[in-house]
Amino acid sequence: MTDPPELLARDFWPILQLSLQVSGMAVLIASVVGIPLGAWLGLSKSRLTPFVRVLVHTGMALPPVVVGLVLYILLSRSGPLAFLGWLFTLQAMVAAQVILALPFVVGITTSAVAAVPRELPSQLRSLGADEGQVRWTILGEARHGVLLAVAAAFGRSISEVGAVLIVGGNIQGHTRVLTTAIVLETSKGEFAFALSLGAALLTLALGVNVLILRLHGSPPLHE
Amino acid sequence: MSEAPLFQLRDVRRQYGETLAVDVDEFAVRPGETLCLLGPTGAGKSTLLRLLAGIERPTSGEIRFREAAFDAETLPLVVRRRITLVFQRPALLTDTVRANVEYGLRVRHGRRQLRAAVDRVLERLGLSRFATQAAQTLSGGQIQLVALARALVLEPEVLLLDEPTAHLDPAHVALVERVIREEFRQRSVSIVWATHNLFQARRVAQRVALLLSGRLVESASTEDFFESPTDPRTKDFVDGKMIY
Repeated sequence: MTDPPELLARDFWPILQLSLQVSGMAVLIASVVGIPLGAWLGLSKSRLTPFVRVLVHTGMALPPVVVGLVLYILLSRSGPLAFLGWLFTLQAMVAAQVILALPFVVGITTSAVAAVPRELPSQLRSLGADEGQVRWTILGEARHGVLLAVAAAFGRSISEVGAVLIVGGNIQGHTRVLTTAIVLETSKGEFAFALSLGAALLTLALGVNVLILRLHGSPPLHE
Repeated sequence: MSEAPLFQLRDVRRQYGETLAVDVDEFAVRPGETLCLLGPTGAGKSTLLRLLAGIERPTSGEIRFREAAFDAETLPLVVRRRITLVFQRPALLTDTVRANVEYGLRVRHGRRQLRAAVDRVLERLGLSRFATQAAQTLSGGQIQLVALARALVLEPEVLLLDEPTAHLDPAHVALVERVIREEFRQRSVSIVWATHNLFQARRVAQRVALLLSGRLVESASTEDFFESPTDPRTKDFVDGKMIY
């Protein structure tokens, strides 16, 4: 067994950096796509909306290994997306995490926007707001829920192992992230290092949530 | 020759499912008048105001503002911004009282200095000391005053009021009536004021219209409406037989 402190010094920082890079990019993409989509769904009065919301909520339960498997098939040499050349790259890992994080961003944003008083959009219009201003204001009113959506998406991404292991391949220095490193170290019997990586993962999640809390302060007061 | 109507309604219906909320054959609001819409709860007053505000479409019929026909889809923003509705149950932003009052100005003018106009209206409605307070901590009556303040600060050409004093104590009812009368005198704003309060209608209106089950029963000058109503239902209403 290698000495854990030695392993930490050698491998830890590149793994941490890669984890942050992959999950950060995935959450950013999922947020840019998912927040406007969630706002639109939350305000939509279409009869199809409840059905779409059920689909989105189902997406929250997507098994990561299934996402990884499907993405692997699509990106492999004989797959329709082989031309991208993404298999065993960071792009494939980001794509997998976007697929897993997106339903969380859309679903929680939709609920947050739908929880804003139904009369508010009409009242904003009567004060002279155009449709863009109405949507932006409603999103602002739902900001605590939207941030929760981003935090949940980050939690889903950073803690996920099945999909990134399949499409990333856990290549040292290239696609090895905290969760895949934990799996590897456990299989090698390096439990101390695996636990250290696990503690780092939790600390990272805690840090991001504290940052989000600080960005936003406490939730709004309600009578 | 009399001035062209501000609003002209022809065969306007508004239906929610099976319920016919508004069913008005012919109705006009004149420029520069204070018109009170009287009627019991559920008479269609709020729906009619929402139609006039251009935030809801009639199921059928035509509404004209000045010369132009409009509905909630086609009303240009520049015209909609000349009309402001104060809602019966105001929904405020989760922000300070000042931010709520500023909102309509901000969507028109961006972040330009708005302080003086907002201060003036807060002062007139006795809200200055609440300016930095979170709107969610206000009482029902204070919320109603903020809703009125955020409309008045816009100096609209048409002010639509939906029971703006429903949650206020008598002193604040008098304050609101005084402030709105001042608006009317100083700026010749046209006002359509929905209320179920006969006494209030008598105090503030030049003309009164009675709505029952979405239909217009009678519309007359305040004096004629109360002293010599032509429709027996108006007489019953004025006599207090249909108030609940």
